[in-house]
Amino acid sequence: MNLDYRSLSWRLGLICVVTVVFQIAAVSQVKIFGLNADLVPLVAASVGLILGSLPGAIFGFAIGMLLDLALVETVGVASLILLAIGFAAGRLRELRDPQGAIVPLLVGAAATAAAQAGFLVLTFLLGQPVPFGWALLWDLLGTVAVNAAIAIPVFLVVRRCLIAALPEDPRRRRRRAYTTGGLSPLSRS
Amino acid sequence: MYDRTIRRRRLTLAALVACSLLLLTAYFGESSDGALHGFQRGVFSVFVPIQEGASTVLKPARDLVGWVGDTIDAKGRLGELERSNQNLRARSIAASDALRVNAQLQGLLNFDNAGGLAAAKPVTARVIGQSPTVWYATVTIDQGSDTGIRAGNPVINSDGLVGQVTTVTGHAAIVTLISDGEMAVPARISAGGAEGIVQTGAGGPGDLRLKFIARRYRVDPGAAVVTAGTLANSAGLQSLYPPGIPIGAVTRVDDPGTDAQKIYLHSYADLQKLEIVQVLTAAINGNRP
Repeated sequence: MNLDYRSLSWRLGLICVVTVVFQIAAVSQVKIFGLNADLVPLVAASVGLILGSLPGAIFGFAIGMLLDLALVETVGVASLILLAIGFAAGRLRELRDPQGAIVPLLVGAAATAAAQAGFLVLTFLLGQPVPFGWALLWDLLGTVAVNAAIAIPVFLVVRRCLIAALPEDPRRRRRRAYTTGGLSPLSRS
Repeated sequence: MYDRTIRRRRLTLAALVACSLLLLTAYFGESSDGALHGFQRGVFSVFVPIQEGASTVLKPARDLVGWVGDTIDAKGRLGELERSNQNLRARSIAASDALRVNAQLQGLLNFDNAGGLAAAKPVTARVIGQSPTVWYATVTIDQGSDTGIRAGNPVINSDGLVGQVTTVTGHAAIVTLISDGEMAVPARISAGGAEGIVQTGAGGPGDLRLKFIARRYRVDPGAAVVTAGTLANSAGLQSLYPPGIPIGAVTRVDDPGTDAQKIYLHSYADLQKLEIVQVLTAAINGNRP
C-alpha cells in the first residue's frame, strides 16, 4: 500500500517528455477540418484528476516549462496556465471525487477551454498581437471540441501509465473518500 | 498531519506560481543573450534531435491520421471540384474547338494565297448541317445570297475542292459534294496534263473516278488531280471551277494505257468532316488557266 514515489516520479517525467514530443512532432502537424488537438492540457488535467492537486500542479508546471523551452516561447506562460489546470483538476478530485465515465471528457473540455483562454489573456497582457476575430473563436471552440473527443482515451492512457505506482485506494476510485475538502489521495498512503 | 499537508500544498502552489511569474518577468526583462534565453536555446538544441527522430518515427501515424482528415476534407470538396471540373472541361472543349477552327481558317487563308484565289472573293462559311446518308452528298452552310453566294459557286476547304453550291437562300446554302452521283468536275492530271472528268466512284465516300483520259496518257498512282478550269474558248462553256484547285490523288489504275482504263482517286478534302469551307463567288478570267 506504500506509494512508490520513485516509480511515480519517473513515470510522470516520462509522460511529460513523451507528451511534449508527441504533441510537437505529430499531433500539432495533423489537422482535421483545419484544427488540431492539444494534448498538453488534457494530460495535465488527467494527472490532476488521478493524483490530486499538488502533483497536478507540479506536473502542470513541469510540462508547461518543457513546452515553453521546446517551442522557444516565453518561459513561464505555459507553466502558469498548466499548473493552474493541474491544480484545479486535482482539487475537483479531492473535493468532489466525481465518478462518472464522462468526467474526463468534461474536465478535458474545461481544461482546454481554460488553457486557450489563459493563453489568450496572457498573450494580450504581455503586449503581443492577438488576432481577434471569428477565425480565432472558431479555432478555440474547435480545439475544445477536438480535445473533448479525445479526452477519455487520453485520460485512460495516462491512468494506465500511472496505475502501477498508485496506492490501492485511488486505483479503485469507488469510495467517496473526501466530501469536505480533503487531501490528495497520495497523502494518505 | 492534515494542517501540515494543507500548508505544504499551499506553499508549493505559491512557490510554483511565484516561480512562473519570476521566470516570465526575467525572460521578458533580459536580452536575447541572457541566461534564461541561453538555457532555452540549450534545451531546444537537445530537444531538436529527439523531435526529429520522433517526427520520423511518427510520420506513418501522422500520415494515416492526415489521410483520414484529408479524406473527410476531400469528400466535402468533391461537389465543389466536380462543378469546377465541369466548368474547366467546357472551357477546354471550347478552347480546343477554337484551336481547330483557327487551324482550318489559317489553312484556308494559306490556300487562298498560294492558289491565287483571293481574287475569287471567297466567302468563308461554317457547315451547319450535313446529309444523314452514308455518303454525305450534301452539306448546309451558314452563308447565303446575302453574302454574294449563288448557285454554281465552287466550294473549297484548306485541302481542296469540296463541291458546288446548288441551292441558295438568304442566309444559308446547300452544297453538293464532289462525291455526289450527279457531280462532274473537269479535271486534269497535274503532272502530265491529261484532261478528264471527275465523278463519283465505287467505294468509300471520298472515292472518285477520273474518266475520259485518253489512252496515250500514262497515269501513275499518287498523281495529283486538280481542276482543269475552262477549256473551251467559248464563253458559254465556261467551267464553274477555277483551274488548279486540288481534287485528289490517284490511288489505283486498272487497264492502264487502254481506252477502258479506270483511274481511281481519293479526294484530298475529308468530305465526312467538313467544318469550315469557302465559297468562291467570283470567276477570275472566266476560270481559264
